[in-house]
Amino acid sequence: MKNNLIKYLTGTLVLAIVIASCAKKLDLYPTNDLTPEKAFSTAAGYKSVLAKIYGTLAITGNAGPAGNPDISGGLDEGSQVAFIRMFFNCNELPTDEAVVAWNDQTIHDFHNLRWTNADPFLKGIYARPIYNITLINEYMRESTDAKLAERGISGTDAADIKKSVAEVRFLRAFNYWVMMDLFGKSTFITEDDLIGSNLPKEINRADLFLYIEKELKAIDADLAQAKTIEYGRVDQGAAWALLARMYLNAGVYTGAIKYTEAVTYAQKVIAAGYTLYAGYPRVFMADNDKAKDEFMFAVNCDGLRTQAYGNTTFFAHAACGTESSEYGVSSGWSGYRSTSALVNLFTDNTGATDKRAMFTTSKYGTSPAQLIITDISNFDHGPHVKKYVNVRSDGGPVSDSKGEFADIDFPIFRLSEMYLIYAEAVLRGGTGGDAATALGYMNNIRTRAYGNTSGNITAGQLNLQFILDERGRELYWEGHRRTDLIRYGLLTTGTYLWPWKGGVSSGTAVDAKYNLFPIPVSNIVANPNLTQNTGY
Amino acid sequence: MRKSTRQIYQALLLSFSLLLFSAIAFAQNVVTGKVMDSKDGSPAPGITVTVKGSKTATQTAADGTFRISAPANATLVFTSVGFGQQESALNGRSAIEVSLVQTNQQMNEVVVVAYGTRRRGDLTGAVTSISAKDFQKGVVNSSEQLLQGKVAGLEIITGGGSPGGGSKIRIRGGASFKASNEPLLVIDGVPVESNSVSGSSNLLNSINPNDIESISVLKDASATALYGSRASNGVLIITTKKGVRGKVKYNYNTQLSTGVIGETVKVLSGDEVRAIINADGNTNYTTLLGTANTDWQKEIYRAAFGWDNNISASGAIKNIPFRASLGYLNQDGTLKTDNFKRFTASLNLTPKFLDDHLSVSLALKASNTKNNWANQDAIGAAIAFDPTQTVKSSTGKFGGYYEWVDGGGALIDLATRNPVALLNQRDNKSSVNRFIGNIQLDYKIHWFPDLHVLFNFGIDNASGRGNDNIDSASATNYKTGGRKTHYEQKKINTITDIQLFYSKDLKKLKTKVDVLAGHSYQDFVTKVKNFSSFSYRSIADPINPQKKDTIAGSEQNFPTDKPEWRLESYLGRVNISIADKYLVTASLRRDASSRFAKENRIGYFPAVALAWKIKDDLFKKVNVLSDLKLRLSWGSTGNQDGIDYYSYLPYYSQSNNAAQYQFGNTYYSFLRPSAYDPTRKWETTTTTNAGLDFGLLNNRITGSVDYYFKKTKDLLSVVPVAAGGNFNIELLTNVGNMENRGVEFTLNTVPIKKTNLTWEFGFNFTYNTREITNLLKQEDPNFTGIPGSGIAGGTGNNIGRLAVGYSPFVYYVFKQVYDPSGKPIEGLYEDLNRDGAIDQKDRYFYKKPAADIYMGLSTQVTYKKFSLGIAGHAAFGNYLYNNYHSNNAVFRTIKNPIVFVGNASANYKETGFTNNQYLSDYYIENASFFRLDNINLGYNWGKVLRGRASLRIAASVQNVFVITKYKGLDPEYTRIDTQNPNIGDEGIDNNIYPRPRIFSLGINLDF
Repeated sequence: MKNNLIKYLTGTLVLAIVIASCAKKLDLYPTNDLTPEKAFSTAAGYKSVLAKIYGTLAITGNAGPAGNPDISGGLDEGSQVAFIRMFFNCNELPTDEAVVAWNDQTIHDFHNLRWTNADPFLKGIYARPIYNITLINEYMRESTDAKLAERGISGTDAADIKKSVAEVRFLRAFNYWVMMDLFGKSTFITEDDLIGSNLPKEINRADLFLYIEKELKAIDADLAQAKTIEYGRVDQGAAWALLARMYLNAGVYTGAIKYTEAVTYAQKVIAAGYTLYAGYPRVFMADNDKAKDEFMFAVNCDGLRTQAYGNTTFFAHAACGTESSEYGVSSGWSGYRSTSALVNLFTDNTGATDKRAMFTTSKYGTSPAQLIITDISNFDHGPHVKKYVNVRSDGGPVSDSKGEFADIDFPIFRLSEMYLIYAEAVLRGGTGGDAATALGYMNNIRTRAYGNTSGNITAGQLNLQFILDERGRELYWEGHRRTDLIRYGLLTTGTYLWPWKGGVSSGTAVDAKYNLFPIPVSNIVANPNLTQNTGY
Repeated sequence: MRKSTRQIYQALLLSFSLLLFSAIAFAQNVVTGKVMDSKDGSPAPGITVTVKGSKTATQTAADGTFRISAPANATLVFTSVGFGQQESALNGRSAIEVSLVQTNQQMNEVVVVAYGTRRRGDLTGAVTSISAKDFQKGVVNSSEQLLQGKVAGLEIITGGGSPGGGSKIRIRGGASFKASNEPLLVIDGVPVESNSVSGSSNLLNSINPNDIESISVLKDASATALYGSRASNGVLIITTKKGVRGKVKYNYNTQLSTGVIGETVKVLSGDEVRAIINADGNTNYTTLLGTANTDWQKEIYRAAFGWDNNISASGAIKNIPFRASLGYLNQDGTLKTDNFKRFTASLNLTPKFLDDHLSVSLALKASNTKNNWANQDAIGAAIAFDPTQTVKSSTGKFGGYYEWVDGGGALIDLATRNPVALLNQRDNKSSVNRFIGNIQLDYKIHWFPDLHVLFNFGIDNASGRGNDNIDSASATNYKTGGRKTHYEQKKINTITDIQLFYSKDLKKLKTKVDVLAGHSYQDFVTKVKNFSSFSYRSIADPINPQKKDTIAGSEQNFPTDKPEWRLESYLGRVNISIADKYLVTASLRRDASSRFAKENRIGYFPAVALAWKIKDDLFKKVNVLSDLKLRLSWGSTGNQDGIDYYSYLPYYSQSNNAAQYQFGNTYYSFLRPSAYDPTRKWETTTTTNAGLDFGLLNNRITGSVDYYFKKTKDLLSVVPVAAGGNFNIELLTNVGNMENRGVEFTLNTVPIKKTNLTWEFGFNFTYNTREITNLLKQEDPNFTGIPGSGIAGGTGNNIGRLAVGYSPFVYYVFKQVYDPSGKPIEGLYEDLNRDGAIDQKDRYFYKKPAADIYMGLSTQVTYKKFSLGIAGHAAFGNYLYNNYHSNNAVFRTIKNPIVFVGNASANYKETGFTNNQYLSDYYIENASFFRLDNINLGYNWGKVLRGRASLRIAASVQNVFVITKYKGLDPEYTRIDTQNPNIGDEGIDNNIYPRPRIFSLGINLDF
């Protein structure tokens, strides 16, 4: 009996030990990924998160060119959640500057000005800026003085992080500007909104304008002085340029015009010493980082280290067909081209005089027959745009020897736009500037474009229509056209028609609701705080 | 004192007399005998023979004979799995022949269930067990295919014709849409992960089907709930063959087979393409035309040879029952260069020690599978490639294969690649070793024999490695000078179980009680090694000249990774049987998983079931009725398979080298926070089941009907989350509800049963319907569901959705408008919402991929030494999106805008479409079908080699024919992607490896 008792006890003990030793082993952590505490334990960790925040404008995820997207939601990584590509689709496709031949889902709705609130592309471009802002808010929460002190980060590291906080606040403002411009109102979150807590609130267009304006002014002191920061990051020049652009469109955004402020901030940028880079085509080539004195802010792309299907790689591939070698890429995706309306802005569309007319290629002349699009899906119809080419102006090799991914940096703000803002704001009655200076600025642009003064204009030629046309010639395919046409009241009305506007070959007016994009329905479903734009 | 002495004497005398008497009465004789299977008179080995009322026992040898000492008037009891129990009184005989009847005893068959076995007649849950004799015949490379069409409620669709390829296995339709829908697999007591290992397309192909004794399919919650959080999709328990005491007997079988491709996709001929391009007249294209009439599909397929060999030995050595086997399979694929080889070895030992108090069961299975993967891109390319071109070109570039180049001789990047080159210029080989071993120590406690303690230690170790090399001349990787990639991965799953079994027969209460209590701990580790890819030539990298032949972009962030998860469980079960008429089973499992945050880690999964043996209670004297039993069960199970191991945690991950950002002159890698849901928990499925088992005419007709209703809540679904609320716009979270309901019907009959002629017929029928009842945290009338079902063609096009009120992946399409002749009008759809514009809002829900009804039937006729078996299965109400037609049957694919010539599916002749109309409901086709899986003919030769062996010969045809309205190649389409377990449920037919028709000849020798 005693023997049995010992056996019982031993058995129970063995069981208890085996079972107890298992119970506590369920807290497991990934091998290679980092907890937030570890990620932000060093200054290098901060820099990597900062790189991500900038990088969200250039690439689509954590694996280049694709495969680990930031934003899923059933969206295509290459075409629907890439900032540059979607910024382009929204601001160029609905206009006279671009049209697409592909069959990707609803992509034809863009040029047809016929999109719906179920559009997957719009879902992507609604998500991208808000995602970027979410990252920025988290970065700001991790970068408070208290957190830095707690982690033992001090000295120049701490100073650089503090500067970077001002930069990410600029990027947050920029992302909100994208929302304000495309959708009017926006989901609104700041560093006070923690992850996974309450549903984000909505902000209306006028309030968002005020918020962006306030933020951009608040960070002025913390940002590096204009033209002083290392390439790729932003300084005061970018903040001023965004303010100038916003003020020019303030009438559209808020109903109250701010042309004087537009003049002020455009002039502030110009006075900071930016210069036009000689040779217009070189501004969009693989080594256009050399044009940094013209850029207030450019999104950096690299064929090996910053790969995506939706950055400038997209421009170089999508705009060409079999003539891809002229674009410095291995293949043409044969999809995007322009309409005759853009080509016709140039009196000489061969590029011989005005170098900005970059349409002709050895295979596709700009003969009248080829300018006309009779079949949207036929890529042979319509002029090819050869503005972004993955070829270095110095003839050297590009990063990606396979010719798949482009090195071209995408300029967000450059000096030409500031000249044009200045001139337009002055013509529209903004004070603090003058017409003679405006004329000078216009001729700076044209002298660079022509390579000489033969294209210069006179005071009599400088009017609002000229500026709109000049913006078309100078800034086409850089994501300005939709905003410009709205400011001029031309996007949806019958005043100005271009081929296939509204889905009709001769062009037609469409409902005024298309001046704004709808809030994608999936967002309203997920967040009842959001409301739909009128008409959708 | 005197008195007592006398009493002692009297007592002694009496005892002596009794002893003497009994010695006469119970004189021990040696009885010899033979046991046969009543079905065909064949010897029945491994039958336990006991003398009733004593402990004397033996087992029949391979030839069915036995010797036992027994009193002349004793009764012998014969018992065995598959035969049940039968008694025979000796009545003084010393030699006896017994015929054991299988069917009559099937209620006594022992069925493997969760954590134990039960007599079939005592089952309370919905369990179907299929034993080796009823397995699907013919060439079966992967074990799950043994069950195809055999079990009501079980749907098995092979992924195509690839040898060793996996299948989609669905029990009662699957309960999830984002986590896995694959059932839990338990192999000899070791639950294994269904996820594959690198280098293997299907881990089940590492088990030799010849080693399998039985497969139990557990369907309702009562049957599965003991597997708790992994049981929502049902459970398959695979039990391998064990040795039986007796003379060692051997089996050798070999099977030769040839697979041929029947139909191929109908495409245009070279002449037709020439006519179309010439009629179009564009000189950019007419000049590209070749003069050939190449049938590219003919170029990539071949007759596939297969050879399967198995040898096994089974019996006992020094009282240790064992079974050992070796197997070798070499199976070609019909796609050229495709080959699968498998070596298997298994050893099962089942000795008993300590006066049979300690039963040991050791089961070891080792295998090596070798794949030579054919590049399956060739299948799609063969349909799309220009038939006017020849396989080889005269330029000598690209290894001599014809490839599309532009005017300057540069390769056109986006053009279709030469299908034959795709096959021949890629060398993709893998080798996978797998070892599954477990030892079970079942100790019946000496001083308390009602209690058993069972320890189970098991390991499943699978390691795969391979090399994927693409020739430097290949057009696919021309720019990088070919590509060499090596990969390695290891998966180790260990389990430690302790179980206590207590059983008590309370005779006074006519009640038997069985109790099980257990603890289980399981650990799953994956060890990954990451390698860069290399070029065959050094490529000048201007930035990293030291890298030489490393292909840019292939560099790995981390050399290794080691994802791991663990599961710790407690389980308990009580079985009560009252008067052998009323059965009650109640069970509970508590699981704790490392995949969830501490607060949500633990789940409880209860189940209860009742069974009433109506026949024994009410109809004891109704002879026509041999069995009638009612089963009712309710239970709750969970699902976690397919959920990321760590994503309940916030963490930052590093980007790869192609995702960096430039500040100044330095490139910085990213650290990115992932979206996370700390509240994530199990999916829970509650299943209610009502079943009726019946047997008529001495069980010549048996069957069962089951009705089930499964309600899944907290369904993990990737749902939209408010932008700005997390680090993504969607999140895997518990929001969805889904309902499955269905009816299953099984019928097995033996219409003819005579000495020389037996005819058996089996039929099963399943009706299953699924409906999503919720997808959102907040209700929203405007919500049209979550897009899914990505298709080939365009970018980001989805054809199906998850939508409330519909079956998962219901198609979401435009309503095609037809001209009076019935031809679809290109791009013209009905304006369903009547708003004057055809836009996304005019898409509607139309049909679904899942079948409403599926059924299987099989029949077997045995006449003297011949046997003929036929098996088939069918599905109804399933639809497929014909992506071959939508993507390939347009003018645009013939005259490709990128300026090369391609081919189109013959469907182009019906539509004449210029551009792709991906979202038209025209391409949603009825894919109901009936497939005759197998016809096999066997001949039992009998004794050969001077009576030392017996021989059987079998011949079979597999995949005999399919009856369907579907216009594509095969209506039974699915895709297997271990990374994305539900991809095959989406119903998109776009790249099927055709299932071959296989002719085989087999020889089976027992000696």
